[in-house]
Amino acid sequence: MTTALFFQYLFAGITYGILYAIVAIGFNIIYNTTGIINFAQGEFVMLGGMIAISLNTFLPLPLAILLSVIITMLIGAAIEMFFIRWLEGPSVLRMIIITIGISILIREFALHIWGENVRALPYFQGNEISSVNIWGTNLSPQVLWVIGTCSVMVACLSIFFKFTSLGREMRACSANRVAATLCGINTKNMVTFSFMLSAGIGALAGCVMSPITYTQYDGGTGLAIKGFTVAILGGLGNSMAAVAAGLLLGIIEAFSISVVPLAFQDAISISILLLILFIRPNGIFGRSDIARLKEF
Amino acid sequence: MRKVLKSILGKIIALSALAMVVSLGVQAETIKIGAILAVTGPASFLGGPESRTLQMLVDEYNAKGGINGNKIELIIKDSGANPEKAISFAKQLIEEEKVFAILGPSTSGETMKIKKIMEQGKTILLSCAAAEVIVNPVAKYVFKTPQKDSHAVQKIYMTMNDLGISKIAVLAGNTGFGKAGKGQLLKAAPKFGIDVVISEVYDKKSTDLSAVVAKLMANKEIQAVVNWSIVPAQGILAKNMRQAGWNVPLFQSHGFGNIKYVQAGGAAAEGIIFPAGRLLVADVLPNSNRQKSVLLKYKLDYENKFKEPASTFGGHAYDAFMILARAIEKAGTDREAVRDAIENMQGLIGTGGIFNFSPTDHNGLDLDAFAMLTVKDGKFVLYNK
Repeated sequence: MTTALFFQYLFAGITYGILYAIVAIGFNIIYNTTGIINFAQGEFVMLGGMIAISLNTFLPLPLAILLSVIITMLIGAAIEMFFIRWLEGPSVLRMIIITIGISILIREFALHIWGENVRALPYFQGNEISSVNIWGTNLSPQVLWVIGTCSVMVACLSIFFKFTSLGREMRACSANRVAATLCGINTKNMVTFSFMLSAGIGALAGCVMSPITYTQYDGGTGLAIKGFTVAILGGLGNSMAAVAAGLLLGIIEAFSISVVPLAFQDAISISILLLILFIRPNGIFGRSDIARLKEF
Repeated sequence: MRKVLKSILGKIIALSALAMVVSLGVQAETIKIGAILAVTGPASFLGGPESRTLQMLVDEYNAKGGINGNKIELIIKDSGANPEKAISFAKQLIEEEKVFAILGPSTSGETMKIKKIMEQGKTILLSCAAAEVIVNPVAKYVFKTPQKDSHAVQKIYMTMNDLGISKIAVLAGNTGFGKAGKGQLLKAAPKFGIDVVISEVYDKKSTDLSAVVAKLMANKEIQAVVNWSIVPAQGILAKNMRQAGWNVPLFQSHGFGNIKYVQAGGAAAEGIIFPAGRLLVADVLPNSNRQKSVLLKYKLDYENKFKEPASTFGGHAYDAFMILARAIEKAGTDREAVRDAIENMQGLIGTGGIFNFSPTDHNGLDLDAFAMLTVKDGKFVLYNK
């Protein structure tokens, strides 16, 4: 394999991988505060892209993206307030079913608002055929935008969780909800905020990916499955592990194409997931003693 | 006695009134037509225009008083391109709704799944899907309106011969259409002296094909790529190839006949070569072309009504409805007679070509139904090398 080809595969893998990672982080944030998997996470990515595309018809691109992220965050908050907040001690299963219902609801709304057509934001730089040359490999500048934006987003999130009081309160909620309540943290607000946060990062990822992958009303489902795989792979609740697992999965998928037919791409990623679940049920980076502390 | 007489008289009046209503009902029969279309889901680019076209045509016919004075009732079922749903809808339409005929499905995979059900239910099916296996072998009640994929393959290979291309890569989506097309491409290649160096299949929901482009690009022998699918991946492939700086000719199937794919592909769609019916280039056809007036009428009607460009897929539904309407006009509302009328129909000018059906040909189109098109400045134009 030549170096040019190596980097071609590598960048393809990183592009998928980082998107999986962002969706997985969205899963993790909500999981940490509520103990549930929000299966509407992929729909946030789709909504972010769709809203930005609609706004971009009369607003400049950066403003459209910013507004789209804010609107999606508000939608995330509204979903939590309408469907989750008022439940009294709901079971995990019930909440999961609710999120699946929400994802179907969002998809149907999107179908009615935007129709069945694929749409896309314009390329941030250049157009569909422009490319930059890195280490002998031709890439779309958008790939660099995706990698850059997502890396910055991950870094900001980790600073947020480590060094801001709001971030610390959210972490306190995830560590022990009762203790957090006793310390005067409003856990219900933290849950709302976690929905907003994961909706926001999903929406931003949806915007930067849109020129590459297009945005379609049902694009969220596939992403949710891959993101879920990655979240499990890294160990539920651990965002940095999700990044590593996402990149790992993306890169394995990309390189697998060089040896086996493309049709087996998904089979390979799912086989890896199964293997990990057999050997390390708490994920590659998860620890069983931590997992036992969770409410499941 | 008078009371009894009165009541008998009353009953007679009531009965005769009832009889009149019943006989009126027989005279103006309502023809129920079912349609199974992928209005949503991965093949919604097909099913969307198809369902809008059918609705438009049915409204138009009903406003004129229906077919031979019979109003038409259209029942559209959205299968989401899911073969399992298509099966249950087909059964429901045949057994519960007792429809006269079914139009659609949009995709080849669905059509193949319900082919047998239509035969058993003795109900006419006019499929809007392209794969040749739908009508080969011939099933008594199953017809299809899109051009054959074997003809599309022939057209593509003839163009390649003209361009001196002999080593190619084949990509196909994992749908019924993709698989059938890949089969036809591999089968016909030796006849045209073409060598398929690599063939790959991708998922119909693929959102990025840059890794497989890297794999193909590494093989320096490849002179052209043929992609066979109906999904948005058609545009994604074009983008990924051009972004990787790979400039070999890209051929697509007749599944590319929707201007929205060109818009989605943007600058990367320029120069894509594909076979298609003449609907997409209707305005530039010479006046001598027999299809021109039909094409222009459909195109203008559709575009005025729905404010979006007409596509060949909506045209397939248009043809399916027109064939059925013509057959009912000729043979009345007896299902067997209508089936025979379709099988013997000659010279029906549709959007996909000129249909000449026969007991051995339930598609009725020849190689000439296709023209080679390309994309220039974001528009479809006739391809001249």
